[in-house]
Amino acid sequence: MIEFNRRNIRTWSLLGPSGANGAASLELAQTNPDVVFLTADLCFFSGLERVKNAFPDKLYNVGIAEQNLIGVAAGLAKEGFIPIANTYASFCSSRCADQVRVNMSYMKLPIKLIGLTAGYGAGILGATHISIEDISVMRALPNIVVISPADCSEAIKAITACASTPDPTYIRLTGPVNTPIVYKEDYEFEIGRSVKLMSGKDVCIIACGSMVYHSIKAAELLSKDGISCSVINMHTVKPLDTEAVIEANNQHDLIVTAEEHSIKGGLFSEVAEFLSQQGLHKPILPIGIRDRFVPAGSYDYQMRESGLTSENIRMQILTKLKV
Amino acid sequence: MPDSQMVKRCMEASKRIRRDIIDMTFNTGNTGAHLGGSLSMVELLACLYSGTLRFKAGEPDWEYRDRVILSKGHAALALYPALAEAGIIPRSELSSFKKDGSRIAGHPSLNGLPGIEFASGSLGQGLSQGVGTALALKRKENKESRVIVFLGDGECDEGSVWEAAASASHYNLDNLIAVVDMNAIQYDGYTTQVMNMAPMESKWQSFGWNVTVIDGHNVEEILDAYSAAADRPQVILAKTVKGKGVSFMENNWKYHNASITGKQYEQIIAELEQDND
Repeated sequence: MIEFNRRNIRTWSLLGPSGANGAASLELAQTNPDVVFLTADLCFFSGLERVKNAFPDKLYNVGIAEQNLIGVAAGLAKEGFIPIANTYASFCSSRCADQVRVNMSYMKLPIKLIGLTAGYGAGILGATHISIEDISVMRALPNIVVISPADCSEAIKAITACASTPDPTYIRLTGPVNTPIVYKEDYEFEIGRSVKLMSGKDVCIIACGSMVYHSIKAAELLSKDGISCSVINMHTVKPLDTEAVIEANNQHDLIVTAEEHSIKGGLFSEVAEFLSQQGLHKPILPIGIRDRFVPAGSYDYQMRESGLTSENIRMQILTKLKV
Repeated sequence: MPDSQMVKRCMEASKRIRRDIIDMTFNTGNTGAHLGGSLSMVELLACLYSGTLRFKAGEPDWEYRDRVILSKGHAALALYPALAEAGIIPRSELSSFKKDGSRIAGHPSLNGLPGIEFASGSLGQGLSQGVGTALALKRKENKESRVIVFLGDGECDEGSVWEAAASASHYNLDNLIAVVDMNAIQYDGYTTQVMNMAPMESKWQSFGWNVTVIDGHNVEEILDAYSAAADRPQVILAKTVKGKGVSFMENNWKYHNASITGKQYEQIIAELEQDND
């Protein structure tokens, strides 16, 4: 059994999301006989070389062929296996979108699709490799569960958890190597149930993925400004934890969403669409990518360019509250 | 040589399936259906469902069944009567073709209809599903079942078909058979004019497949090809006639997807009955 102790958590953070993916995959390969893995020439990049070395017969590398990746996974899923397919997030939601739509959404085959370097994880390679619309695409497809883990530990929990559900699932992995740690020790993770990490009374930041950490930091900064913030880790973007969103809306003056993703169609949209239907929404401040591709560059550069920093979250909230 | 009883059975099934295709299309009124590429596949499907297929009619999920994937999903119009011939679905269901809420829509879907392995309709996906299924059968050490994927020749324009073709050969899937309905016409016209994929034989060979070219309306040739064993993935390039069996539809691209008037219906039935004599 994988142990969520401080040493492991530190190690996973050092390895980054792909390393965490490798650890989770190896755990599943050892414990679940039905799980098989697929990749499109990203065996090493995805961390799956650990599976390849230990269980070579459980890994299918289909080469640079993302459409085939999903189709082959569908065949394995239909026959009772649990295929976990890996490729860049940008390719998951665009290159093979029709295969995802037909096999995962329409047929509900229990394929688990891991989107590597979601957001700016591979932004140094330019806009072809950044993924700022994958939540929008996956969220619009019926039947697909969409998860954006907050850190490496949560990535491991999400990947191992999704193998035990019958749902087609998309997991987007955000964050750099040396991933900031949100969870320093073990905790209860349940798909579809958000986690309240901080409790405040003025502002509630609903965040997913890498932005959970930055939201906590922003909340800490804001406390010095006299603003009291709640922070919710909305790791499952779909289906949305609506109870938590209603409670957040009822108990705070301002809702903020934070995501390493476009504000068109991502977590902001999910939350705003839900609250607007309830007829009870207050102003929502979206922190996310403003409908543009930033120039290629380092992860930190692209995050700064997009305002995805704790300081910018603070400033945006102060401006909104006219403090 | 296939046994004569089976040949006879498949020829008779073909006649009934062809008639069903016409009746089902006529029943849709002005809506119409994918006539051309369904009529071209009649013998190919009959020789499977009334011939060599491993299946149990009342047990659609029988582990040791052959897996059939209709990648060219628009030939559902031919598939449903073939399923009815095999007793996999009730004949009575054929009258619901393309009706609201029917289980037998214009393309097959996973809606509880027995005998359907995958939903199709978006071309170029079935061979990848077939590769995954064939790999799964190997994992399960199921050496009895085979995976049969029906593709259109126009469908082979899709790049994803060739991603799948390469991987089938890479994984040495000797339990996978692709059947290409080479009716030489796609939506917009002759395949040679719209997108010329010739020579198909050497294309598949170069992807590592065992290639057999047959007359796709000759029941003996089809049954022989279905029964052949190989040590690698096999593709059967079945030369067919689009709209086969109806004089004015044969090789006429206008009948890719069309409806039938009352007058045409009478003429078609007369032609089909003449063939029965």
